[in-house]
Amino acid sequence: MIEGLSVTLTHYLIVGAVIFGFGTVIALSKRNAVAVLMGVELMLNAVNLTLVAFSRFSSAFPQGEEPLAGHVFVVFVLTVAAAEAAVALAMAVLVYRQRETVDLDRINLLHG
Amino acid sequence: MESPGIILAFWVLSAITVAGCAMVLVAKNLVHALVFLVLAFLGMAGLFLTLSADFIAVAQVLIYAGSIAVLMVFAIMLTPLAARDNANSLYLLPALASGLGIAAIVSFVALVTPWGELQGDALAQNDPPTTVAIIGDLLLGRYVLAFEVASILLFFALLGAIVLVQERGSRESQ
Repeated sequence: MIEGLSVTLTHYLIVGAVIFGFGTVIALSKRNAVAVLMGVELMLNAVNLTLVAFSRFSSAFPQGEEPLAGHVFVVFVLTVAAAEAAVALAMAVLVYRQRETVDLDRINLLHG
Repeated sequence: MESPGIILAFWVLSAITVAGCAMVLVAKNLVHALVFLVLAFLGMAGLFLTLSADFIAVAQVLIYAGSIAVLMVFAIMLTPLAARDNANSLYLLPALASGLGIAAIVSFVALVTPWGELQGDALAQNDPPTTVAIIGDLLLGRYVLAFEVASILLFFALLGAIVLVQERGSRESQ
């Protein structure tokens, strides 16, 4: 029975879409700045899954012409995600020092 | 992609990853949410393995499940008086609507588009024995400019993070 099922590109795209949706909900609805960052990381991760799936299944490039370009994109996304996490968490700690909270609903002043 | 083991692995790992994401959303404690986030990252690394992306899977475990999770633990521990209840803001319903909408639209597009993907033997033939050598060639060959820009970006991000959280002199903090 299980031989009849085959995992195709569409399966991976749907999993990526569901994870991206969860990431969106978390990023938009959480109060704590760290939880919002978790949602952003999940969204980036879903995009990575989509890139790798396209790189594996795509027949757009003939063999050997553009091998694994999607993997290289994912490496860059990982780099930018790490940089973004470091800066965002530093900002959360900075805001906490000023206001003693990281509740985004209560951080509503532009001046220090 | 035809072997039963891969198919089973795909479904199990997808279930783990999606369940981890759902638990991040509904967990009552921020630290618990972080643990479920690490679970989702590990499931995602397994999904990368089912796509024969060995380097990406290892990098995922190292960077996401390792360093980003530790960074988040530090951020939680450095904000001791902040609420830890992982509460939702007023915007839960709009957020749910937009998340559901995005997932539904992308899934619909993925279902109705004829992707022209590789299948079966062609897929297996296309798989390199290891992706590391090819990725290394591309990073230092075709994409070397982007590689250098990424290294500069990482350098300035770390520099910025250090400058941001640096303790000012004692006169200023009084």
